Amino acid sequence: MMHQKMTAITALEHSVEIKAVSKTFGAFHAVNNVSLPIRAGEFVTLLGPSGCGKTTLLNMVAGFIDPSAGAIHIGGVDVTNVPVHLRDTGMVFQSYALFPHMNVFDNVAFGLRQRKFSKSEVTRKVMQTIEMMKLSGMEGRRISQLSGGQQQRVALARAIAIQPKVLLLDEPLSALDKSLRAQMQVELIEMHRNTGLTTIFVTHDQGEALSLSDRIVVMNRGQIQQVAEPIDLYSNPANGFVASFIGEINALPAAIYQASDREISLAIGDIRMTAPRRPEWKFGSGEMVKAFVRPEHVRMATSADAGSNVVTGEVLTHIYQGSHTITRLRIDGLGPIEMRLPGGDVVGRVPVGMPAQIAFDLSQVILLADNPN
Amino acid sequence: MSKGTNMRSILFWTAVVAILVYMTLPAVVVVATSFNPTEVMAFPPSGFSLRWYEKALTYPDFQAAFKNSLIVMGMSSTLAMLLGSSFAYLIFHYNFRGRGLLEAALWSPLIVPHFTTGFGFLLLGSHLNLTQGFAVIVMAHLLLVTPFVTRAVFVSLSNVDPNYARAAANLGATPTRVMFKITVPLILPGMIGGWLIAAILSLTEFTASLYVTASRTQTLPVAMYNYIREYADPTISAISALLILSTTAIMIIANHFLGLRRILGIDNG
Repeated sequence: MMHQKMTAITALEHSVEIKAVSKTFGAFHAVNNVSLPIRAGEFVTLLGPSGCGKTTLLNMVAGFIDPSAGAIHIGGVDVTNVPVHLRDTGMVFQSYALFPHMNVFDNVAFGLRQRKFSKSEVTRKVMQTIEMMKLSGMEGRRISQLSGGQQQRVALARAIAIQPKVLLLDEPLSALDKSLRAQMQVELIEMHRNTGLTTIFVTHDQGEALSLSDRIVVMNRGQIQQVAEPIDLYSNPANGFVASFIGEINALPAAIYQASDREISLAIGDIRMTAPRRPEWKFGSGEMVKAFVRPEHVRMATSADAGSNVVTGEVLTHIYQGSHTITRLRIDGLGPIEMRLPGGDVVGRVPVGMPAQIAFDLSQVILLADNPN
Repeated sequence: MSKGTNMRSILFWTAVVAILVYMTLPAVVVVATSFNPTEVMAFPPSGFSLRWYEKALTYPDFQAAFKNSLIVMGMSSTLAMLLGSSFAYLIFHYNFRGRGLLEAALWSPLIVPHFTTGFGFLLLGSHLNLTQGFAVIVMAHLLLVTPFVTRAVFVSLSNVDPNYARAAANLGATPTRVMFKITVPLILPGMIGGWLIAAILSLTEFTASLYVTASRTQTLPVAMYNYIREYADPTISAISALLILSTTAIMIIANHFLGLRRILGIDNG
C-alpha cells in the first residue's frame, strides 16, 4: 500500500533549473546572477544569513517575484512568465498562512478544488494526505484550535496534497520550539522519502540544513558561495564565509614558509606547524593564508605530539554542554581559540588561568586564501 | 501615599463622570421631556406618560419619513459598502499615479461641510430634474458615508496577512477566486461594520438631506425638523428617543458581532 503510493507520486518528480537569475530592487542586488540546477526528487537547502537572497530566490521559483534577469525552468519547461497559480508549486510559509476561515479539511482541499477534481476524488486525496501527516481526526478543527506543530503539519499537508512539481519550504520550522523542531525535522525527512518531491528548503539554521539536505546551497549577499553535500560543506568549505557560517571554527592568520608536494609548513603567530597538503591547496611558499580549525580538531597535547605542533595557551573558560565541553584558551599573539573536548571530564580539565598544552589535528586544518569576505 | 492614591482616584472618577454627563446630556434631556404628560416640553418632566410615543408612532408624516429613511439608508449604505470596499482594495493593493489624489478625494466629504454637499446636490439635482426622487438623496448620502466604509475596509485589509492571498494563488486559485474565496471572507467583518456605520450616519443625516429632499421624499430627521417648526409638543422628543434607541440597537449589534474597536481601527489587534 505504502509502496504503491510512493511510486505513484514519484512518477511526478520534476527537476528545477535556475538559470542566471538576478533580482534588483533599485540599486540593491537581492539575487545576483544565480545559476542552480536541482535534480528531480532532490532535497536542496538554500542557507544563508537574513538578507542573503535565499527567500527572494524561493519567491521567484514560486512566481511571487519576477526575476530582473534570467530564467526558471520546472520539469524542463520555462516558467519564468507563468503566473503563480499555474506554476504547480507547493509552498509552506514561515507563518503557515493557513486560511483562518476554513477548517483543516477545507485548507487541505483548497488546492485540489482549484484543480477541478470530483468531490469524491478531493475527499479521497485529502484524507490520504491527512493520514500521511498524522492529522487523522482533526479534519473538522478550526486553525485556531491547533497547536504550532499541528499547524505546521496542516501547512505541509495543504502543500503536498496537490502533488506539486516542487515543494517550497520557507523557514517552516522557525516558529516551533526546539524539541518540536527536532521532531518536525524527522517528519520532514520521512515526508520527503514518502513523496519523493523535489524540495527547496530555505533556512538560516545550519543545523537544519546539515541534517535535512541532499545538497546545501550557501548564499551570501545575493550570490552562491558554495553548493555541496552536507559532509563536504563542513569539511571542505570553499571560502572563509562558508567556513565561518557552517559550524564553529577558529580562524587564524597564517604564513606559509615552506611548501612541498606532500606537506605545507606554516607559521600561525609564533607557532610553526606542518600539515599534509590537500590537492585543492595551490599555495606557494611566502603566501599569507587563513588557517581554519574546528574546535573538535583541537585537543590536549600528548607526549606523542611532535614539539613544533604543540602550543601552550592559557585557559580562559570552560563551557560545559553535557555531551562535550567547550574550552576557550588564549594563545599569545593569536587571541582566543576554542577547543571541544568530549564528555564532561571535569577532573581532567586544566583549571582556569592555568597554562595548557594543546595540539591541532593537522589533517583537518583548512587553508583558504586570505581575502576579506 | 495611600492618601495621594485616594485623591488621584477621586479626581479620576470625577473626570470620568463629568465626561459621561457632558457627552450624554442633550440626549438625556430630550428623552426625559418625551415622558411629559402635558403638551409642554418641560424639563424636568412633570410626570410620566407614553402618550407622545403613541402619537409619534402613528403620525403619518413620521411614518412616511421613516420609510423614506429606510429606503435611503438601505440603498446608500449598501452602495457605499460596495464602492468603499473597492476603493479600499484599490488604494491598498495598487500604487498608481494619482493614488494620493484619490485618497484626498475620499476624505474630502469629512472636510466639505454637509451644507455645501447638500447645496451642491440640490443645484445638480434641479439641473438634472432629480429633485423629486430618491436618486439625489442617495447620491448625497453615498458621498457622505463612503469614506467611513473605505476606512473600515482599509483597516481590515491591513490586518489580513498578505500571505493568505499568496498561499491561495500558489495552490492554483485564479486572482478572481483568491478575491472571493480568501480576501472577501477575511475582510467581511470590516465590510459589514462599514455598512452599519454608513447606515447609522445615513439614518441621522440632516443638513445635506434638508436640501435634497422634497416633501414626498423627506427623511425622518427632515420630517422632525419640519414638525418642530410648527408644533412644540413632546412628540418630537419621543421620536428623537426612538431614533436614538434604534441607532443604539444597531451599534450594540455591530459591537456584539464584529467588535467596534476593530472596525474603527481603535486597536489593530
